[in-house]
Amino acid sequence: MNWDVISEYIPLYVEAAKLTVKLGVIGIIIAILVGIVCAIISYYKVPVLKQITQVYIELSRNTPLLIQLFFIYYGLPKIGIPTNPEACGIVGLAFLGGSYMAEAFRSGLEAIEPIQEESAYSLGMNKIQTMRFVIIPQAAAISVPAFVANIIFLLKETSVFSAVSLLDLMFTAKDLIGLYYKTSEALFLLVVFYLIILLPVSVLGTLLERRLRYAGFGS
Amino acid sequence: MAETLLTINELVKQYGDKVILNGMNLEVHRGEVIVVVGPSGCGKSTLLRCINALEPIQGGEIRLGDEKIVYGSKNLSSIRQHIGMVFQSYDLFPHLTVIDNILLAPTKVQKRNKAEATEEAMQLLDRVGLRDKAKSYPRELSGGQKQRVAIVRALIMHPEILLFDEVTAALDPEMVREVLDVIVGLAQENKTMIIVTHEMSFAKAVADRVIFLDEGHIVEESSPDVFFEHPETERAQQFLNTFEFTPVKHPAQN
Repeated sequence: MNWDVISEYIPLYVEAAKLTVKLGVIGIIIAILVGIVCAIISYYKVPVLKQITQVYIELSRNTPLLIQLFFIYYGLPKIGIPTNPEACGIVGLAFLGGSYMAEAFRSGLEAIEPIQEESAYSLGMNKIQTMRFVIIPQAAAISVPAFVANIIFLLKETSVFSAVSLLDLMFTAKDLIGLYYKTSEALFLLVVFYLIILLPVSVLGTLLERRLRYAGFGS
Repeated sequence: MAETLLTINELVKQYGDKVILNGMNLEVHRGEVIVVVGPSGCGKSTLLRCINALEPIQGGEIRLGDEKIVYGSKNLSSIRQHIGMVFQSYDLFPHLTVIDNILLAPTKVQKRNKAEATEEAMQLLDRVGLRDKAKSYPRELSGGQKQRVAIVRALIMHPEILLFDEVTAALDPEMVREVLDVIVGLAQENKTMIIVTHEMSFAKAVADRVIFLDEGHIVEESSPDVFFEHPETERAQQFLNTFEFTPVKHPAQN
């Protein structure tokens, strides 16, 4: 292991990490929004929309992100929709993550007993108030472990972005290996940078879980 | 006679082909305590759920005052504010403290001032002997305490009528009493109530009118004295007998 090489590489990795985090964060935020909408649609069993949601979830969960990215990157221009690599990465991640988030939230919502909803209704609350003050706070606490696992999973999935020529961490590592054959250094830095990004997420997730669990469980 | 508060007219409730309530009629007057008894599966709980529009009905109508209660209608949430309901299972919101459970509907639904509502909540808690539990979570309470909080949560909305659905059925015997005492207190204040219960001595003490429901019909409807001492129908007699035991005689001790 050559430390001079490593210190020389670090600025390149920092740039790449910024891109990875940027696309990851935007993609995951959209995925969370998609997930909330899908989960509420399947919770209320909205006709037609529920079936569409179901098709989307199966399609999204049962195909690899790489293939999804290829479809977006090479497919969309063919039908006249221009794309750029960054938008592709974000859309791809949101498309994949939306279904995972939807399932995490849905399992939380379905774990709440119907009597909770009924007692809220019998106090005169409407559907939105019931969702907001009674169902979501409890469902969120139950969903947190799956939610955090999804965020970590999606951040790791960004390593596929290199396939659509995004200069993310994976691309940088592969590029440097191809140019200089310093394989150990390049891969070592790759692992270190992913850990720097993911470990704090993991720790924050555990803290969040503990905090919400205190309020939500053991009625 | 006091004005009619709740009117049930030819109510029909079915689950698929199974008929639960079959053309039922009932009038509840303001200040009246109605106790509904009957074998399990006779539709007692379903009746209460229909009154609160938690179930769609297949025929007839239910009115609170002049307003028709229709499942899924737009004004349901305003009608439900006039109907307090306490369920059999502990239905407190587990993520909220006792005081927040009680204040949720007054502050979010009725938009009442929080300080004023808190003051009333504390008075009500005091009355059911739970003032010191205001900051506790439901999981820290016993079953009887949870039910008393659930009653307070219904009372703070100032409902015109209270529905109790077997509120002591899931409690240990010594906790039954503390909950029933609260309900007896409400009866003394002339609150209008419909109570579904299996506690016969409580029913006898609290009821103005007893309704015996079997197979979707009101089989017998009379004052508690008449119903418990001299039931008119054979079916009611049979039902009451299930609560009686014949003393066992040990020949050796005679």
